[in-house]
Amino acid sequence: MNNRQLVVAMLALSLVAPVLFCGCEGVGEAGAEIARAAGVITADEAQSIKRGAQAVEKSWQDLTPEQEYYIGRAVVAQVLQSYPPLDRPQANGYLNLLGQSLAIFSERPETFGGYHFLLLDSDEINAFAAPGGLILVTPGMLRCCENEDELAAVLAHEICHVEKKHGLSAIKQGRLTEAFTIIASESAKQMGGEELAALTREFEGSVGDVVMTLTTSGYSRKQENSADAAAVALLRRAGYPEAAMVTMLQRMDERLADAGGLGFAKTHPSAQSRAEVLRKTVGDTESSPDAVRQQRFAAALQSVVARR
Amino acid sequence: MRTKILIALLTVSAGAALAAPMSIQVRTGKVRATPSQLGAVVATVDYGAKVQAGTPERGWYPVTTPDGKTGWLHESALSRKPIAMRAGTTDAATGVSSDEVALAGKGFNEQVEAKLRSEGKLDYTWVDRMAAFQVAADQIARFRTQGHLPGGAQ
Repeated sequence: MNNRQLVVAMLALSLVAPVLFCGCEGVGEAGAEIARAAGVITADEAQSIKRGAQAVEKSWQDLTPEQEYYIGRAVVAQVLQSYPPLDRPQANGYLNLLGQSLAIFSERPETFGGYHFLLLDSDEINAFAAPGGLILVTPGMLRCCENEDELAAVLAHEICHVEKKHGLSAIKQGRLTEAFTIIASESAKQMGGEELAALTREFEGSVGDVVMTLTTSGYSRKQENSADAAAVALLRRAGYPEAAMVTMLQRMDERLADAGGLGFAKTHPSAQSRAEVLRKTVGDTESSPDAVRQQRFAAALQSVVARR
Repeated sequence: MRTKILIALLTVSAGAALAAPMSIQVRTGKVRATPSQLGAVVATVDYGAKVQAGTPERGWYPVTTPDGKTGWLHESALSRKPIAMRAGTTDAATGVSSDEVALAGKGFNEQVEAKLRSEGKLDYTWVDRMAAFQVAADQIARFRTQGHLPGGAQ
C-alpha cells in the first residue's frame, strides 16, 4: 500500500469510526478537505468521501416526511397481506372522525399525507401505526373498548407512535446508510435504473424491518410507556378523560388473558403493567360516559363488534 | 403613550428582522387564520414552497406565503432545510448540495413505489382507499361540540 492508498483508506475508516466510537460528526469531511488541499487526493475523490461521510452520519431521524409517507404506505400494503381490510363505511367513517379529531391535538398534527384509520378483518386484539399516520385497528381491539373515551385512548396511543416516529426507528441503520449513499452519489440527477433497483431493495428491507416490529417483535417497553404517557397528555388536550386510558388497559388485560397471548399480547408489555405505570400519574376515577358519545360509538360500531 | 408606540415599533421590527424562509415539508401546507388546527384555512401552500416565517408561538409560526397572504402554520408542516424539487417538476433546482437533495424526496419516493407496483409485489388498492378517508375541519368541530368535549388547547 503506497502513501496515497493509505490516506484514502484512513479517510474511509474515519467515516465509520466516529459513528462507531464517539458519535462525533464531520471528521471524514474535514479529513477529505485536508487531503484535497495537500494534493493527496483529487477534488472528485474528496467530494465522494464527503458525500459518503454525510450518508454515514444520517439516521432514521433524517428521513423526510415524504420518505416516511412512502415507507408507511408500503408498510400498510404489506400488513394488509396478512390482515385483510374490513370494508364497513360507517364504522371506518366514525373511526376516521374520532381519530382525526384527536390527531389535531398531537404534537405532530401535520404529516406528509395526514392521519387515516382503517379497520382490519381480524378477531385478534391488535392495532398498528404505520409511519406517517396510517393506523390500523382490529374489531378485537374495539371489543376492549366500552365507550368512545376508551377507543380514543387506543387511537391516541397509536397516534403517539407516529408522532414519535417509533416505526422508523425500527429500520436497520445499515439499510439507511446504503440508501443515503445512493441518494448522495446521484446528486441532482434523475435516478438511473441500477440505482433505482438498489434503492428499491433498501426500501423493501426498511419496510420489512418496520412490519416485523409491528407484527412480531414489538417496540421496546420504553417506547410503549412513552407512547402511553404522550397519549394521556393528548387525551387531556382533546378534552377526553385521562382515566379512559387506564380503564381501557384493564379491560384489554382481561381480554388478552382469554386470547392466549396472540396479537397485541405478543408485541406489547402486559396491559396490567402499563396501567400500573400510568396509575402513578393518572387518577382512575371513572366518570359516567357522555350519553351522546356513547350513542354514536354504539351506532357506528355495534355491527362490527358483535361476535360472529 | 410614546413608550408604548416605541415598544410596539421595536416588537414589529424585531419580528420582521427574525422572519426567515422555511419550506413546506407536507403535501399541502394549510395556512390558518388563527394558531389552531381548527382555525379557518386562508391559503394553501404546496410541498417544497418557501414561506417567510416569524417567531413561533406555542408551535405555530406566523407566515407570509409566496403570494403575500399571511396566517399561521404549525411547526410540523415546516422545515428549515430547503427542499429541492425533483428534476422535471416546475420548481426544479439545479446545483444543490447533496444534503438538499436528500430532502428532495429522492430516495424512498413515488419512483420506488411505482417500481414495487409494476413488479406486482404490493397491492396498494386499500392504501389508496384509506388515504382518501378525509374529514373536514367543520365535521371535527361539530363532532367535538356534539360530544361535549371541553377545552381545545392545542
